[in-house]
Amino acid sequence: MQMTLELKTVKTHYAPVRYIEGGSGQPLVFLHGAGGAQANDPFLTRLAEKYHVYAPLLPGYGDSEECGEIRDMLDFTLHSWDVVEALGLKNPILVGHSMGGMIAAEMAAIAPHDVTRLGLICPAGLWLDDHPIPDLFATMPFEMPKLLFHDVEAGTQLLTAGLTLSDPKFLQTYLVNNARQLGMAGKILFPIPERGLSQRLYRIKAKTVIVWGDSDRLIPPVYAHGFKKGIAGSELVSIPEAGHMVTLEKTDQVIQALGRLG
Amino acid sequence: MKFTWFNLMPWPYLPDDFREKNRSVWVDIDQKLFDPVKSHEVYNTYLDLLEYAADVGFDAIGCNEHHQNGYGIMPSPNIIAAALSRRTKDVGLVVLGNSIALYNPPVRVAEEFAMLDCISGGRLIAGFPVGTSMDTNFCYGQIPALTREKYQEAHDLIIKAWTTREPFAFNGRYNKLRHVNIWPRPIQQPHPPIHIPGGGSVETYDFCIDNTYSYSYLSFSGYIRAKALMDGYWKRVAERGTPDASPYRAGFAQTICVADTDAEAEKLYKEHVDYFYNRCLHVYPGFADAPGYRTIKTIQTGALSQYAPPVGGYSTLTWKDLTEQGHVIAGSPETVRQRLEELAKTLNVGNLFCLMHVGNMPKEKCMYSTKLFAEKVMPKLRNVFPDYANDDRFWCHPISQVKAGNLPTEKKALEIVGAAR
Repeated sequence: MQMTLELKTVKTHYAPVRYIEGGSGQPLVFLHGAGGAQANDPFLTRLAEKYHVYAPLLPGYGDSEECGEIRDMLDFTLHSWDVVEALGLKNPILVGHSMGGMIAAEMAAIAPHDVTRLGLICPAGLWLDDHPIPDLFATMPFEMPKLLFHDVEAGTQLLTAGLTLSDPKFLQTYLVNNARQLGMAGKILFPIPERGLSQRLYRIKAKTVIVWGDSDRLIPPVYAHGFKKGIAGSELVSIPEAGHMVTLEKTDQVIQALGRLG
Repeated sequence: MKFTWFNLMPWPYLPDDFREKNRSVWVDIDQKLFDPVKSHEVYNTYLDLLEYAADVGFDAIGCNEHHQNGYGIMPSPNIIAAALSRRTKDVGLVVLGNSIALYNPPVRVAEEFAMLDCISGGRLIAGFPVGTSMDTNFCYGQIPALTREKYQEAHDLIIKAWTTREPFAFNGRYNKLRHVNIWPRPIQQPHPPIHIPGGGSVETYDFCIDNTYSYSYLSFSGYIRAKALMDGYWKRVAERGTPDASPYRAGFAQTICVADTDAEAEKLYKEHVDYFYNRCLHVYPGFADAPGYRTIKTIQTGALSQYAPPVGGYSTLTWKDLTEQGHVIAGSPETVRQRLEELAKTLNVGNLFCLMHVGNMPKEKCMYSTKLFAEKVMPKLRNVFPDYANDDRFWCHPISQVKAGNLPTEKKALEIVGAAR
């Protein structure tokens, strides 16, 4: 059954928050990566076949307003808890991809008794000097696919489908969106996507599944071990032939892995 | 008009194949291309040229701040200004400027600028840039979307430190200081004149208008392309009910090369202009504008990054293109005078930052061009704005100057000591 997801708004203390909602089943909150999320996202659509999905957009993402009051990691973490509360949810399954995984892990660390099931899909938040993560903020759009996808050619198609980069109007909109979205993401990811999470991971009590694409070139799989080691009892699911956008490249396998959370 | 002789201090030994072999002149430029031993001569030549410009009559000499940059080997402009303050007299010292969001705590800027003002006898003209995205974000790691807020706080702290006569506590978001009490403080009161480099954002226009700061557009693409941006500024000045539209409310940087004739200018300077536009400005586009660095409002106005090259890149621009389109004003003294008059009048700019040293220009050619400019161009442009001849709000106010190297002879010193003991 094909689920239709809707874009809605919920009020929080600092900003009205846009969120994508749909499906039925156990409530699951999905926190998007630096690239954002859209209502027609194929991963969310598939996820909604099994769960009642709530995917809030960070302020500045999509068509939502920026929020100057959200500046640092604690602000992001508490804001995201504000969203969960505003949505009227208690102990939803908490899943985050990339930057969203970083936020989800922080949420679980700061309120360990409020999260019992945590899914981290190639999360950001750790840093290893020997395995520096490429500088997302200095990466030109045309260089992105090779960082994000196992199958670079197919990934390029996916990223540029329907875009007319030669149209100046389109380009300006693109620049504005990029500035708004990555500007917000930069508050916790620039210049190094690490804000002390490693010293807080021990607090996480949730049953945790870590999902990683074997050919992730943005946050290489070696980072999975840091999370696995840091979160007691966590389980790692490595997915072959998948890059950072494992959610798009191996959608079913990711959903299957999250199924282990119960 | 006020003329400031400016040197970006480019590294003059970038190889011919620099563009092909390197992705950027800035941020991740190849370490091996810098030769510390050669730099000894480069720095001293550049300082000599700045002092020479003071000798031949420029109103001010200027320096600026860039980091990890092949065309600007001045990460600390205050060190350059300190060196200049000792060997010059009466000439203004334009430090354009200190990227105040990068100093921790920013009282460091208040202190160092105060020192410069005291050592130079009130000759400092202070600049407060946000700093380019390359410098501020990519080299110095400031978070793009928070840079402007941090800048604003640094500004407020510096001004308060300069103007408050007793210790105060400063509880900022980025600076928590229990005892702010700078010692020394500047000679110029209430503080040295302030120039703000901007790239077309309305917020910066307003900031300058509200505080009576001069707005500087430091572009390398010349006065013709600057028209739209400067028109935007003057329109804003009018909209805000500013009491005057004094040309000294604005500054502009322009590359200038003077020779006997137009043909001689091309012959003498073409290769150095080419070096600057094709090697020095070879910036990797990924570093030009970190997302969040510019405000949404600014991007929406369509202002492109200052470092966005013209469509097709600079390498396609010939000497004719560069001079005709105004990137570079070059030619005989009369040609240069005409074009600068056009610049002054079309942009309504009173503070001209003359980029007279270009790329890998050798000192002899630079002296030649500088001297011709000072003797044959400057005097004819002095009074382009007679209505504002007395507007000194945006310029330094030196006190009676002490000469450096003013110790008595050892014999004289001994006599005085002898009389005292």
